[in-house]
Amino acid sequence: MDGGQGLVRPASTWLYRHTTARLLALLSLPVLWVVVAYLGALATMLLAAFWTTNSFTGAVEHRLTLANFRTLVEQPVYRSVALRSLGVAALVTVVDVLIALPMAYYMAKVASPRARRLLVVAILTPLWASYLVKAYAWRVMLANGGVVDWLLAPFGTHGPGFGLTATIVTLSYLWLPFMVLPLFAGLERIPDPLLEASADQGARATRTFRSVVLPLLFPALVAGSIFTFSLSLGDYITVKIVGGTSQLASNVIYDNITTGGNLPFASAAAFFPILVMVGYLVAVRRTGALKEL
Amino acid sequence: MRTRRRTSLVALAGLGLLVLSACGGSSSGSKKNAAPAVPKVPMASSVGAGEGQLNLVNWAGYAEDGTNDKTVDWVHPFEQQTGCKVNSKIGNTSDEMVTLMKSGQYDGVSASGDATLRLVYGGLVAPVNTALVPNYATIQDFLKDRPWNSVSNQMYGIPHGWGANLLMWNTKVVSPAPTSWSAVFDASSPYKGKVTAYDSPIYIADAALYLMRPQPDLRITNPYALDPKQLDAAVKLLKAQRALVGEYWADYTKAVQAFESGNSALGTTWQVIANLITADKKVPVQAIVPSEGVTGWSDTWMIAAKAKHPNCMYKWMDWIASPRTNAQVAEWFGEAPAQRLACDHTADKAFCTTYHAADKAYSDAIFYWTTPTTNCLDGRGNICTDYARWTQEWTAVKG
Repeated sequence: MDGGQGLVRPASTWLYRHTTARLLALLSLPVLWVVVAYLGALATMLLAAFWTTNSFTGAVEHRLTLANFRTLVEQPVYRSVALRSLGVAALVTVVDVLIALPMAYYMAKVASPRARRLLVVAILTPLWASYLVKAYAWRVMLANGGVVDWLLAPFGTHGPGFGLTATIVTLSYLWLPFMVLPLFAGLERIPDPLLEASADQGARATRTFRSVVLPLLFPALVAGSIFTFSLSLGDYITVKIVGGTSQLASNVIYDNITTGGNLPFASAAAFFPILVMVGYLVAVRRTGALKEL
Repeated sequence: MRTRRRTSLVALAGLGLLVLSACGGSSSGSKKNAAPAVPKVPMASSVGAGEGQLNLVNWAGYAEDGTNDKTVDWVHPFEQQTGCKVNSKIGNTSDEMVTLMKSGQYDGVSASGDATLRLVYGGLVAPVNTALVPNYATIQDFLKDRPWNSVSNQMYGIPHGWGANLLMWNTKVVSPAPTSWSAVFDASSPYKGKVTAYDSPIYIADAALYLMRPQPDLRITNPYALDPKQLDAAVKLLKAQRALVGEYWADYTKAVQAFESGNSALGTTWQVIANLITADKKVPVQAIVPSEGVTGWSDTWMIAAKAKHPNCMYKWMDWIASPRTNAQVAEWFGEAPAQRLACDHTADKAFCTTYHAADKAYSDAIFYWTTPTTNCLDGRGNICTDYARWTQEWTAVKG
């Protein structure tokens, strides 16, 4: 320690005097990481969308073309896949909000502090299990004659089978914690006296919810929806496991990488979720919800 | 501040465009769809001691180490004999195999005919010095120097075995027993939602094969050589079939599970899937060659151009082509062994007769998976649809 001080002292004095050098030393590595490894990789991928492949060997040919985008726009199948993906992501978000709101409300406002801690643990526990295990568990439950069929049999009906409904159910289950937690945090921050004051003024529960809770909770709601929406939009595994014959936008990307070996086309297809998410985030930013994150 | 940021963004975009156009200019001279020359890849001249490791890309059931069935294990004996530890990665489709081989992490691959030439012309595999594979001598002659495993009489691999894509059904659900592929294509099928199909563009060939008889005016002679009109007819058939399909399969374990849970009851399959379901004894199934004939595969073990463990790969190619091992693989997977002497080692003595292992005529009647190219495989010229087109049509089929 003493021996090192002889060097450390002048170095720290020098750095103290030179603010720019200090900043450079501090930030150069993380900035390098963000720019080269993260943004650089992203840029390379997006650049690849303008290339093409040799139809026989599948080797990428660095020849500038907009053919990939033309195919994506002109073929009706990609339009319907894109719309389907948006619909699934939106529905998963709605389902998660409907389930998470009462849960979060109970956790934040009704449960005792002890029960609250236990409930938070219970919400977090599924995140420890592998995504695949959970998705395959739903495959078994939704299978012909599985648990879902058995539960619904007394009502004279049967489960949805594999398909889009099964995909929405499974995705809603998978991403539920990402909706419950922001809502719980948001509700916890609303002071109880506000709710009491609203009741004192004669507002019923629904009116209090609409005029007091919802405006204050909106940023948390948006924060949760960013997670559920973007995670659903990017998912391609669940739909392969429980989706029957359905395919979503990310499957087009995945299939073109693994099956078609057509990286440029996959890159072009990747523009869709990126544009949607950028649009979504810009819209969210307008509402000011990002500040609450 | 705000305007300045915008200016820099525009500048950045401009720079990006410059880079793009520069990239475009450098190679715009290359011709589209020109048949490429075979890249020169050196061939091994000797086999030394094993490197201790071997990374394979293979079809399910080709590198069994006893985890699926304790009695089925030809990987451990190989490891003991050669000291090469085998790491096997299953490829579910030929396309996946080509992609995996492009990663450069593997020493060898069990490639079907719709992958072999793509691997050869892509420079991903090396020619094989058959003199270094003693068991090659007794491989069936009709499998040597074929268009899918050689280029100008230079072998690019060691034949492994061949077989057909079969029609399988759950005998408890499907009755009477089907004899034709119409069972999976008939729009009025009573098994709507229980039909399954192979999730790969190459499945378009199965539809084309089926169309040969009911629509002779299409003049399909080879299901892998389809002009746009013929392709459209096959795609139309597959789009209609989609209404019947409950689930497509590419992962063979998913196919097994779908049949055992009753989600699928009828569809195209491999013998190995039928064997696994029969072994599990959960549902009764039967698999046949329907009256229209079948598509099939003829597999070849190929060595990666940049294999890190070439000696182990040569030892593996000789091992898998050896009579005893080849018999084991063939019986487990349910295919005709490529090794002539394997027939003396099968547990079921009638095995080679059942699978027509030495029957050249039978083998020639199967339409083996082949990569579709613009240059028609049936010699009609440059009017056919290529695999990239098939891939996009397959996306359209799935909707």
